[in-house]
Amino acid sequence: MSTVTHDPGPVGPDLAPPARPTSAGRFGSGGRRPGAQFFNGFSHLFLLVWAIMVVYPLIWVVMSALKSDAEVIRQPLSLIPETLRWENFGRAWTEGQLGDFFLNTVLVLAGSVTLTMLLGSMAAYVLARYEFPGNRLIYYMFLSGLTLPIYLAAVPLFKGVYNTGVLFPPLGPNKHLMLILVYAAWSLAFTVFFMHSFFRTLPNAIAEAGLVDGASHTRLFFSVMLPMAKPGLISIGIFNVLGQWNQWYLPTLLMQSADGEPKNQVIAQGLIELSVNQGYKSDWSGLFAGVTMAMLPVLIVYIVFQRQVQSGLTAGISK
Amino acid sequence: MRHGVARFVMGFLALPVALYLFYVVWPFAQAAGYSLTDWGGYSDRQQFVGLENYVRLFSDELIRKAFWHNVFFLITVPLFTIALALFLAFLLNVGGREDRAGIRGVFGSGLYKVIFFFPQVLSLVVVAVMWQQIYRADGQGLINGVLMKIGLVDPEDPILFTFDPEPFLGVPAVLWWLLLIAVWSGAGFYMVLFSAAMQSIPKDVFEAAILDGAGRFHTFFRITLPLLRDTVSVAWIYLGFIALDMYALVFVMTPSQGGPNHASEIFASVLNFTAFQKGQFGYACAMGVALAIFTILLAAAQLKITRRERIEY
Repeated sequence: MSTVTHDPGPVGPDLAPPARPTSAGRFGSGGRRPGAQFFNGFSHLFLLVWAIMVVYPLIWVVMSALKSDAEVIRQPLSLIPETLRWENFGRAWTEGQLGDFFLNTVLVLAGSVTLTMLLGSMAAYVLARYEFPGNRLIYYMFLSGLTLPIYLAAVPLFKGVYNTGVLFPPLGPNKHLMLILVYAAWSLAFTVFFMHSFFRTLPNAIAEAGLVDGASHTRLFFSVMLPMAKPGLISIGIFNVLGQWNQWYLPTLLMQSADGEPKNQVIAQGLIELSVNQGYKSDWSGLFAGVTMAMLPVLIVYIVFQRQVQSGLTAGISK
Repeated sequence: MRHGVARFVMGFLALPVALYLFYVVWPFAQAAGYSLTDWGGYSDRQQFVGLENYVRLFSDELIRKAFWHNVFFLITVPLFTIALALFLAFLLNVGGREDRAGIRGVFGSGLYKVIFFFPQVLSLVVVAVMWQQIYRADGQGLINGVLMKIGLVDPEDPILFTFDPEPFLGVPAVLWWLLLIAVWSGAGFYMVLFSAAMQSIPKDVFEAAILDGAGRFHTFFRITLPLLRDTVSVAWIYLGFIALDMYALVFVMTPSQGGPNHASEIFASVLNFTAFQKGQFGYACAMGVALAIFTILLAAAQLKITRRERIEY
């Protein structure tokens, strides 16, 4: 902060700005006027302020992740660490177990997003393009999942997973395969809804041509219709990756590891654990490092694919 | 041939439907069933108690509190988010210089859009943990730290944020602080949505208005805003769902997940507490069903209110 005292300068009525033509100061009807200039400046100012409000906390978190604990306490606000302490990341990665959680999340997502996309587009395709009794019923069944709150299903879902685990351990609580199936099932509603409207818009003529040429229905789907639906698949794919990466309620419910069991938790749980435990261990820099690790991958993916992500997510809502 | 089609349809539907039935529909159906029993969750004994759980809901002090907190979010989250998003979209698209080609978007609007969208891709948990640090009730927190430095806040008496149950405008302060986070994280997304909708309005509509002598403010309020009605009403519904789902913030940020002193309880936090801490699964299920009915009624009402003729360009 500069400590230069600045001279407020003489202020008096004689220095008031010369009166402007009265019409020019008014907002409203167009033209190049001081009013418009002022408004343009105001726009920039406000947009800049909001941009800073969005970016500043993010930068603050990343920079705090590179400080020492003492520095976090002594100079919490500074944005430039005295020395860059990359070991904070190492500590969060190994001791905070975020490394394991990170890999767990990637592993689960690799399975669940693939499964969601495959099953979702298969169901949506059949529901959108074939008429059969019960078609509407199944479609509305998928649709209803969009409005029901997940908390309602929490208790029986937990119980159901527990019981399944007794019969067939890989599908029990705290198992990756179970989480993959649960993620896929819970993502189906929106995926089917979205892809349904997409498959409807595909032209009939090509499908008929394919069938006349002797393609089976299955072949028609995989080698003709699915490639044509690529823009839709990209949108919904991004939506599912983000949604499942950010999912925290289902894992908190279903992925509790009892004593002695391997920790199969996902990264969101790791973060919650870090933030709840901070009261005991006060590893501030480690916590910031953890948040940074959970945050940067999605932000980087977003910046690289920003156009697709923006249109993908907004298309999802305006259908 | 017909036979083949039937086999194909069945083959494609079997797996997704089975998965969905087992992990989504069946738990919902069971919840509805359990809500009529006094099941504790850990034993296998359960008795049918009819609608008793539902009657109990109405006299439950905690539920009543949580209900009003939900209503608070239901009104304020969409209201503030949409207002701010519209304002930002307005500045972005109308704030530029005017020239012969009409009013242009502000310089650098593409960059602003990228930045404003950031919070949308972050998970609620990341946002919550991050804001927990921003909201710290000592000099180490971002906001308290800054305010102490410039002397606006007394270090002996910092802002308590999510630990503050004192009412502000009749609502516990902690809820306002949570609302701020929701608006912070949502505004950018809806701004991008509104921006896209604004740009899809044909240019000649604006040209005609400008020829007729309308300025940027008139154009915005008389033409842009009415044409955005559809988008705004969709946004309102989605934000309504988000408002019902503030649980992540409550879970991570408030003391004892709904505190202090139950000042930030919402439906979901009461439900989880009742089910997993108090072990009253039957009663918790009744809460869930009530919440579901409430949600569906709300969505239906909103659709009905906001539905009107679609304008095709």
